[in-house]
Amino acid sequence: MKGFVNYRELALGLILVVGVAAIGAYQPVFLAWENISDLLTETSVLFMMALAQMVVILTRGIDLSVAANLALSGMIAALVSQYYPDTPLLLMILAGVITGLVLGLINGGLIAFLGIPPIVVTLGTLAVYRGMIIIIAGGDQVNASEMGAAFQAFPKQVLLGLTSPVWIAIGVSILFWVFLNLTRAGRGLYAVGGNPVAARYCGIDQKKQEMLAYSISGAVAGLCGYLWVARYGVAYSEIANGYELTVIAACVIGGVSIGGGVGSVAGTLLGALFLGIVMTALPVLQISPFWQMAISGAVILAAVVINARAEKRPEKLILPEARRIGRVRA
Amino acid sequence: MKTTRRTVLQLAGAAGAALAMPTIITTRARAADKRIAMIVKNLGNSYFDACANGAKEAAKELGGIEIIYTASAKPTAEEQIAVIDAQIAQKVDGIIVSANDADALVPVGKKAAERGIKVMSFDSAIAPAGRIVHLSASSTPLIGAKQVQMIAKTLGGKGEVAILSAASTMTNQNSWIEAMKEEWKKPEYKDMPLVATVYGDDQDDKSYREMQGLVKAYPNLKGVISPTTIGIRSGAKAIVDGGLTGKVFITGLGLPSEMKDYVLAGACDTFAIWNPVEYGYSSTMIMADILAGKDTAEGSKLSMGKKGETTVGKDGEAVMGEPFEFNKTNVEEFAKVF
Repeated sequence: MKGFVNYRELALGLILVVGVAAIGAYQPVFLAWENISDLLTETSVLFMMALAQMVVILTRGIDLSVAANLALSGMIAALVSQYYPDTPLLLMILAGVITGLVLGLINGGLIAFLGIPPIVVTLGTLAVYRGMIIIIAGGDQVNASEMGAAFQAFPKQVLLGLTSPVWIAIGVSILFWVFLNLTRAGRGLYAVGGNPVAARYCGIDQKKQEMLAYSISGAVAGLCGYLWVARYGVAYSEIANGYELTVIAACVIGGVSIGGGVGSVAGTLLGALFLGIVMTALPVLQISPFWQMAISGAVILAAVVINARAEKRPEKLILPEARRIGRVRA
Repeated sequence: MKTTRRTVLQLAGAAGAALAMPTIITTRARAADKRIAMIVKNLGNSYFDACANGAKEAAKELGGIEIIYTASAKPTAEEQIAVIDAQIAQKVDGIIVSANDADALVPVGKKAAERGIKVMSFDSAIAPAGRIVHLSASSTPLIGAKQVQMIAKTLGGKGEVAILSAASTMTNQNSWIEAMKEEWKKPEYKDMPLVATVYGDDQDDKSYREMQGLVKAYPNLKGVISPTTIGIRSGAKAIVDGGLTGKVFITGLGLPSEMKDYVLAGACDTFAIWNPVEYGYSSTMIMADILAGKDTAEGSKLSMGKKGETTVGKDGEAVMGEPFEFNKTNVEEFAKVF
């Protein structure tokens, strides 16, 4: 429980509050509930994808294939909906999740058992998964009119003012928090990334942990694949192209160390929220498109610099880290 | 640089190739007086299949013409050259090509000309040295003007309008937007101001967010023009999802199969794109004129059958006409085609 919100997260949260207030002062419509609801819905996929990516990064890995996985899983879900429209919605979603899980297991297997570096494996599978979409769908795209009504209606359903993707993101976030903080396997991920040698001496199976991390990443990408396809009403090979970089950026902004072993659910969620706000605020502010890219990039850099400065403090305190690993051993 | 329509279609094409299609398929009818080969970018592309149907329609109307519809499995210049060579060996009378590379096809075009075979291009041009005529589906001024006219018709000429484009760096998008602004100068649009131009980068999610941003930033917004197939479908979805149907209308360049639901839902009143059936038809009619020995110098007129006439411009370039309009009455029918 200790360190649920640390200095870095506090700073990021503060920047977010000030930023949102400033945007709201300039364009009050940004603070309208409707806009906040849109923002959360638009960001819900990023929340989940960033959390899953964090789990991978914790083990000193990286999963570049998440966006391709999302697109392929989404395509499978869409095809099920197109050709078997009577399938219960839950099974269609499950089709996406299982596809994602299998794709994640492939990544995990190649990394853990063949010992190929994660960046190489996922760079390769990224291309393979995107290519698979074209092969499986015969090059066609699945349009809104070809997907079932229930399939597309689900992400629009509202409960207590929030849409279903937001509720799913909340549920997934809680699961991640519990998993990473309260379970042995979850703590093992930190241990494997923080100090692989020590983790091995503690009897933590690195291969198992890696398989676990990439499976989680894959399954979440599969779930998000369904949500994405159903929300935007189209499935084809180019959806979410380059989205893996947004996901990794969210992690980095949220204080996840690319070196492994460091990262929290709260920080990652804040990082994703930060990017979500940037993405939704720029259109509402009607900032010139020629500046949008530059502004997004500058904001990311600024956030990372602030994060890096904040990170220096805990670096001096080696003992709490050691204690954490010690707790795993105990 | 990608053109909005072609991106989608090339994907479809690439996929057809991936499905391990046989390398060359030719459809052949009985012997006729004249044989015209229509060689498109690749096989398995429903857009070009529709073009070929138009070509066959023209052949039927003219009589005595056989259409040989063929292509390579992959949309590459090398494979396309092999297919053209095969048709030259078959001694066809005319070749209509949608080129995979403007310059790479010049030598094979010249080779055909030496053997007395007439070559023209459509959809995607061969450089002028390699063909007699290129028929463009439409021209920048026509595409720009058409879209402004469509939104003006939907809105009755009143209300704020915005443009939802692809990327700010795309040449074709920018030249269409320039053409729209040119049309906008006319007095009949004085009550229909252009309030913003935003860019969705031809990504569904970004286009969707830009559309959401537009309606929030401009509460009085009535219409949106999106000259890209991805922008218009994502924008239309954002209108439907946001419960804005009837308050905000979108128009632009879209594909019937993607726009069907949104047109029926009322988010989009009319949209346009060139009609591939008409495109194949007009190209074949022009080829028939060329084969009949009609003059193709700059300023000469060629027949496009029931589509009227076109005037050959500089470098043998001709234009079919303004984009074809789709609405509630015909979108379902064309959604089956492309």
